[in-house]
Amino acid sequence: MREIVSKYGLITILALLPVFYGIKDLSDDGDLSRLATNIKDGLSNGAIWALIAVGYTLVYGIIELINFAHGDLFMLGSFVGFSMIGTVGLTTESGGLALIFGLLVILLVSMVACGTLNTMIERVAYRPLRSAPKLAPLITAVGFSFILQNVGLLWLGGGHRGVPDLIESQERLFTIFGVPITHGDVLALVVTVPLFIVLLNFINFSRIGRAMRATAQDPQAARLMGINVDTTIAFTFLLGGLMAGAAGLIYALYQTDVWFFAGFTAGLIAFTSAVMGGIGNLKGAILGGLIIGIIQQISDNRIGTEWTPAIVFGYLVLILVFRPQGLIGEQTREAG
Amino acid sequence: MSTLATRARTFKPPSKVGKYELSTVVGAVAIGVAIVLPFFYDSGSGFMNDATVALVYVVMALGLNIVVGFAGLLDLGYVAFFAIGAYTMGWFGSSWFSSRNVHIGVSEQLTNLPGIHINWLLILPLAAIFAAVMGAILGFPTLRLRGDYIAIVTLAFGEIIGRIAVNSDEGVFGFGDFNLTNGRAGITPVDKIDVPLVDQFTTLNLRPWYWTALAFALVVLFINFRLRDSRIGRAWIAIREDEVAAISMGIPTVRVKLLAYALGAAMGGMAGTFLGSFYNTVNADQFEFSFSIFVLAMIILGGLGSIWGVVLGAVVLSFINTNLIPDVLNDVPSKIGLDFDLTELGFGIFGFLLVIMMVLRPQGLIPERRHQVEFEEGIGASDVETVVETRG
Repeated sequence: MREIVSKYGLITILALLPVFYGIKDLSDDGDLSRLATNIKDGLSNGAIWALIAVGYTLVYGIIELINFAHGDLFMLGSFVGFSMIGTVGLTTESGGLALIFGLLVILLVSMVACGTLNTMIERVAYRPLRSAPKLAPLITAVGFSFILQNVGLLWLGGGHRGVPDLIESQERLFTIFGVPITHGDVLALVVTVPLFIVLLNFINFSRIGRAMRATAQDPQAARLMGINVDTTIAFTFLLGGLMAGAAGLIYALYQTDVWFFAGFTAGLIAFTSAVMGGIGNLKGAILGGLIIGIIQQISDNRIGTEWTPAIVFGYLVLILVFRPQGLIGEQTREAG
Repeated sequence: MSTLATRARTFKPPSKVGKYELSTVVGAVAIGVAIVLPFFYDSGSGFMNDATVALVYVVMALGLNIVVGFAGLLDLGYVAFFAIGAYTMGWFGSSWFSSRNVHIGVSEQLTNLPGIHINWLLILPLAAIFAAVMGAILGFPTLRLRGDYIAIVTLAFGEIIGRIAVNSDEGVFGFGDFNLTNGRAGITPVDKIDVPLVDQFTTLNLRPWYWTALAFALVVLFINFRLRDSRIGRAWIAIREDEVAAISMGIPTVRVKLLAYALGAAMGGMAGTFLGSFYNTVNADQFEFSFSIFVLAMIILGGLGSIWGVVLGAVVLSFINTNLIPDVLNDVPSKIGLDFDLTELGFGIFGFLLVIMMVLRPQGLIPERRHQVEFEEGIGASDVETVVETRG
């Protein structure tokens, strides 16, 4: 009974914003195209949050650590993407094949850069603290978050940097039901969907994916079964970093803006997504990312961009208080 | 890993001077030095300024230490209480609400100004109560949660307060159009503190500020010691060490945890009123997440739960922040031919400090004895591995 109330209660709370503005649109404009556009933008943004959220959820699932530095890793990913655009020689004039190939190279570079960095951070900062009280690695993660932010600050300075609009992200491709689909939406779709499919299959069917799931369930038993727990954990950080790198590039191209502080808010939003889906649960993180994307977009568009973080964090508090296991997550020890 | 027996054998009693513990003696000497310090410096000097700020940070760090150090509840949103205190000062001690005219216990020149002007000594308890209530409200949702979830809820709470501070110059959450906080421009000027029988508080004469801050810090220090050794303090430490065991020993965890949040918040709020008046402005830029981490870094540097350690950590970090980085080291990069501003890196340096401390000396500079054992032996760690190893 309690379970049903909390689950459907959460769904009701989540549906409040879209439903409210849906009714408002119907009475004001007579159709839902404005809300539908919000939702479409929300899904594209949400795909980025989902990519970051996957990193949080993978790491939490395996070592029960909130990797605070993950948002800033994503920020560095967007910086790598930004810098590589000039290096590779892409301009707004480059078209067709050059653009696709160039972006693919940049995507790979930022993914590998973030993956490597994340693995290194794990090695230096989290592995030595694996048997320390839980507060210790969490505080280290906060510390690394600040270090990465300052790396970003030194790298590209304190201001916002405009990214060349290579893909003309706001350019309309076609319109369905009054909803314009832009280049940016397509980019988000064609990068994230294959990544998610590969990731889910990898975790579910590959040998190391199985090792990851075993370690998540019980590190001690996994070790007894001959799984190299340290390597498995390092690999988890690598996967999370790869996803954050991809998210960074998409964000840079989609928002055409990079900023050293973007990682902090993005990280919190993504963490909210991960918690919403049920932290430790991959599909949950993806679902949560999309939902938070929609909420964020509606709030950006209707209430005001400056209030969005406060609203998302408000949701985070509500979820943690009333349904810490999230929409489809397992009841975790922490949430008990 | 050693067994209980070897641990008992290797246990060193605290070093003593005469019949007092070493830390007490050093602390008493430090307090004596702190009291006479202003006589050696110019009353309007930069050093006096930094020292005053350092003392207020001591108050904040001691407040956060109750929540994080004693009760073991990682609070990443402590800046919220600084904000609440500072805005209480801003609202009730400036010409901000210029349509109202309330004057309680303030000097003559202030009574001629419009707005609400209440003496700092009265705002202090007001802010303490206000912050404590907010602290309890924040604490309430985290009661059912454990560990890192608490960190996130408090962080989110701090951020929400921060957003309200930045954006509430035209309504709150899009409602209304009143100007509550004046955003980044801030509320300024703020009334100077006015304490009877003490010299006038001005920007040129910082001695009264310093001594007020010192008295404030000493009172809070005393409260902290009494709290730690009280029934409640022992209950906090019991919860920190093992919540399940604490519950089964009959500790009312709800009340005790809420009390920790409320007391920690009250100290943050009171420190906020002082800083609001001292800086002569209350603006949203002061209330960023990094400040919470700054205060957290102080107590981690000093040693979680160790009162003298926290005082040391607060003073050291405060001087690194206000003096060492901007004044002493700032031209080092340009001297060796590099082009960047070291002050920009301030929080990166604190982040680095957090990592280094956690990896190399997690118990802090002056460790609390109980915590030290915990870190050295791995007792209290949540994973099975250490427990197994300790037993074996």
